[in-house]
Amino acid sequence: MSRPRPAVLIGVGNPYRRDDGIGPALAAAISELDLPGVTVLTSDGEPSRLLEAWWRASLAVVVDAVRLDGGVPGRIHRHHVAAEDLADGWMSANSASTHGLGIADAIHLAKAMDQLPERLVVFAVETDDIGYGEHLSPPVRASLVELTHVVLAELRSG
Amino acid sequence: MTHRTRDLQVSALARIEGEGALRIVATDGQVTDVQLRIYEPPRFFEAFLRGRQHTEVTDITARICGICPVAYQASAWQAIESICAVHVDEPIAALRRLLYCGEWISSHALHIYLLHAPDFLGYPDVVALAADHRAIVERGLRLKKAGNAVLEAIGGRAIHPVNTRVGGFYRAPLKTELLSLGEILRRALEDAIATTSWVAGFEFPDSEIDCDFLAVTKPGEYAIESGTVASARGLTFPAENFPAHVVEHQVPHSTALHATLDGGLFLTGPLARYTINSAALSPVARQAADAAGLGATCANPYRSIVVRAVETVYAITEALRIIESYERPDPSFVPVPPAAGDGHGVSEAPRGLLYHRYRLDPDGLIESATIVPPTSQNQAAIEADLRRAAEAGLRLPDDELTAVCERTIRNYDPCISCSAHFLRLQVDRR
Repeated sequence: MSRPRPAVLIGVGNPYRRDDGIGPALAAAISELDLPGVTVLTSDGEPSRLLEAWWRASLAVVVDAVRLDGGVPGRIHRHHVAAEDLADGWMSANSASTHGLGIADAIHLAKAMDQLPERLVVFAVETDDIGYGEHLSPPVRASLVELTHVVLAELRSG
Repeated sequence: MTHRTRDLQVSALARIEGEGALRIVATDGQVTDVQLRIYEPPRFFEAFLRGRQHTEVTDITARICGICPVAYQASAWQAIESICAVHVDEPIAALRRLLYCGEWISSHALHIYLLHAPDFLGYPDVVALAADHRAIVERGLRLKKAGNAVLEAIGGRAIHPVNTRVGGFYRAPLKTELLSLGEILRRALEDAIATTSWVAGFEFPDSEIDCDFLAVTKPGEYAIESGTVASARGLTFPAENFPAHVVEHQVPHSTALHATLDGGLFLTGPLARYTINSAALSPVARQAADAAGLGATCANPYRSIVVRAVETVYAITEALRIIESYERPDPSFVPVPPAAGDGHGVSEAPRGLLYHRYRLDPDGLIESATIVPPTSQNQAAIEADLRRAAEAGLRLPDDELTAVCERTIRNYDPCISCSAHFLRLQVDRR
């Protein structure tokens, strides 16, 4: 069983799908700083693992890639997820595979089971290229500096 | 905030390319065409592996799937070791089987609780199920966590294990380290038996899939990490003959490649494993299967949830058995010197038989790689079952027919490379 811990940073994504690797890239950068009281993890976003990762955390910061039609690659979104704002009656998006469950499912499942962290903040970075390959696209790579800055500010505020 | 959260669902799509779709064409009340686009084979990885050293392969193949990385490692190390004429000793083989048991426990618990059970209980998804039956979903998550604990203790972490290598492990755990795992697993065994009783009480539509079954088999055990290949209709062959029997080809009614077994329809996965290997279940797992009403074989896709539960019981009893008789391998790996040649590997991923083939040059560099995962083998059988389901439900409105088709697909838990909003159903009624 995990011990109670003050904060956890979870980088979600697949480094072999180019910009989807922004979460793990950010986790690697934060991990190097060796921040006291902050556990750094990477995840594929599978709900039960996320629930486990943020179990009893006072602050969980989740970083993931997001694909938006007509978006701006590299643009960073911040969402503070509060239980009272989550609508009841959430429906998973008709997934037919265990591979298709994601962060939104995890958040709603955690709410239903009273396993949300005290504070949950999700940073989403808009992608340019999520094809197969190892490297981030230039705009998403460029966003890493600002992303590190805002995530550090979030972690320090916790 | 609701809208924002739903935006996050798009993030799940970021890992995914393409969009899954099911197209059904009905002419004069008869289904004339079923096209399911769910699967994208790991072609990138096959290309990506070329030119890599033979010792790097398991680190790369582990990345193909976050749910069953051990399967991708196991089939790979088997193939590479056969080329390099390396045979690992029993303690290393046992540790590998223990690791693989962890993956079965974790993956099966995930599918049973988070995905499949809501279908039988009239819930749209696990979130709604958890709202009414929190203790049950907690049991599922506990079970999954037990599987993860095995993966972490042996593999170094729960996803994409880093402690495995061709020839064995970078570090073998101490016997004392496995003792706490034993405690977790004994609790998990109770949870798994309770899970089997729970799912056995569901209502199962009468349905039998009419095709051959294919699974890895091994005398005296319910095959997981290695063995030869067997079919329910009596075919047996070693891994290297897989390409001669399982062939992918175009079919007129589908855009996807279909695999056949000696020209016929076949299925791999829990139903196939159970039908071919059920005589080798452990006594505790056999007892659970009997209590759940499973006979010697099972061809009802809806009952795959019961088979998964029984396999979870089996994997836990196997893990406990291995831990009890554990001898720490020393050294923790066998050196694997490079050699030229072709090698093949098969193992039972939670979703079914996973075949790998590699060709190495004399320096151990990979010249070519072929990976045939269970879902690509099952594509044709899933489509055939969908055709049956669609024919039976053709009079239903589109939304109800979509639900029937989704449920049919969930019975197989396919690896899909395009998931959310996945089932965009198109029915052409002509």
